[in-house]
Amino acid sequence: MAKRNGSAAGIKPAADTTQPILNVDGVTLQYKTKEHLITATYRVGFDVYPADRFVLLGPSGCGKSTLLKGIAGYMKPVEGAIRLKGREISEPGPDRVMVFQEFDQLLPWKTVKQNIIFALHNGGKTDTAAEAEEIAMEYITKVKLTGFEDTFPHMLSGGMKQRVAIARGMAMEPDVLLMDEPFAALDALTRLQMQKELLQLWEDTHFTVLFVTHSIEEALIVGSRILVMSPHPGQVKAELNAHHLNHDNVGDKKFAKVQQHIHDMLFADRILEEDVQPGARG
Amino acid sequence: MSTMPNVLVRSEFEAADIGKAETGDVARKLTLFERISDMNSVRKLSILVLVIAAWELYTRFSGVSELILPKFSATAEALYLAVVSEQLLAMVWNSMTVLVTGYAIGLAIATLLTTAATMTRFGNDILSTLTAMLNPLPAIALLPLALLWFGLGADAIIFTLLHSVIWPVALNAHVGFMSVSETQRMVGQNYGLRGLVYVAKLLIPAAFPQILMGLKIGWAYAWRTLIAAELVFGGSISDTSEGASGGLGWFIFANQMDLQIAHVFAGLFTVILVGVFVENVIFNAIENRTVRRWGMQAR
Repeated sequence: MAKRNGSAAGIKPAADTTQPILNVDGVTLQYKTKEHLITATYRVGFDVYPADRFVLLGPSGCGKSTLLKGIAGYMKPVEGAIRLKGREISEPGPDRVMVFQEFDQLLPWKTVKQNIIFALHNGGKTDTAAEAEEIAMEYITKVKLTGFEDTFPHMLSGGMKQRVAIARGMAMEPDVLLMDEPFAALDALTRLQMQKELLQLWEDTHFTVLFVTHSIEEALIVGSRILVMSPHPGQVKAELNAHHLNHDNVGDKKFAKVQQHIHDMLFADRILEEDVQPGARG
Repeated sequence: MSTMPNVLVRSEFEAADIGKAETGDVARKLTLFERISDMNSVRKLSILVLVIAAWELYTRFSGVSELILPKFSATAEALYLAVVSEQLLAMVWNSMTVLVTGYAIGLAIATLLTTAATMTRFGNDILSTLTAMLNPLPAIALLPLALLWFGLGADAIIFTLLHSVIWPVALNAHVGFMSVSETQRMVGQNYGLRGLVYVAKLLIPAAFPQILMGLKIGWAYAWRTLIAAELVFGGSISDTSEGASGGLGWFIFANQMDLQIAHVFAGLFTVILVGVFVENVIFNAIENRTVRRWGMQAR
């Protein structure tokens, strides 16, 4: 995938955008707990196009994280199909890299650079050590962690750890980057900073990203298109555009209107208030 | 809102210019005394010096018999003599050879058991049942049986050592594998790790703190078992050939028979020294290079 068209500025991606890169078709996902069989999503369908910043938004229990696990290949749908570039997904693979919420996604026995090299090497991305090193350093620079490449993860702050995880994911140049509430465990100021940096990175390379969040505001800032989901079981409620909204619009009438619209949509179902954070600032 | 309690409204302000802090230092270098007294080794060593001083003073002035409690200086002298002219180091070497043999075979068996337990449910059942049953059994209790099966000699000791190594190592490694976080497992699979590569590159390093703990416990059990076994029938082993082929336990046993109490103490000291060396120097070095460096274990 040659997606490094760094010169192409703006929202409109240059490459072949008529074909969806990821196709989720009528997917029902179920998992077992000790006592129950839970239906996490019910016949969910959507298409992700190249260079989309596609957000799965919904309250707890709408199956958005489960859906992401299904796309990553950790679980199989009981109904429907998930296709990446036309091929059905059967197992986890380096063409879809996941960035998790948990800080322990970095391997603690490897330094920042080694974590990225580990991914490149095992994911079959590079053949030579020199090449892996070069790519790793390039992405460490991109996420502004120069000088920390030989640091072990336990010495880093939460925000820095997530930056490394993002760098590791992006270095793989996957077809789609899967982000499961990557900023949810960060403090508000760091989260704001990370959202901005993610958008800057996207401006650089226009990678395709699938982003899960339960914050309406974060969805509007980060996303270009938003899939609103309702809970128990997760179903598609709406698909909205948000490519015209970012940090600069927070507080605008335009922004507030969309925010309120989604809020109403979600609360129409009388969802417990604490499940959704409509006003959760950045 | 009307329900709001009354608050005292005060005027706001913003500091125009934050000057340099003039009282106290932001970062002050610790004094020499503070730094020395922070050193663990210094504090521990000073306790050791106190104990030795008390021992020496007591034995000098209380008139206690040399056969009950020799002086520290006599013990130190005995230790020196034993090293120089009584081949104590060769005996330590003999003990270590047996120990390392038993430890290595034990690790190999433990690895097989853990692999089976991690791969299959049947293996898991075998390991948990056997561990629950055999782990509480002190290895030294198997010695009489081992003597019967393997005769007097190193084989019998190695058999008992196996028992003291296998269970703690296998149990800890298994618990370690089981408790590797779901996120890290998913990360490994995400980058294409499968099967044995997945075990080698992800599970083992991720479970390394527990694996190392098992190795330490296994070593500690084995060392104690070895000395005890040699004490029980060290004499027989020393008969197997001319010269010094007994172990450290035998050294203690034989000197007690000869009423060389200072030498008995010297033997005990050697047991302690070897134990401290392995546990505090070798394992500590491994910990510093691995789990502590990785922040997977406190301090």
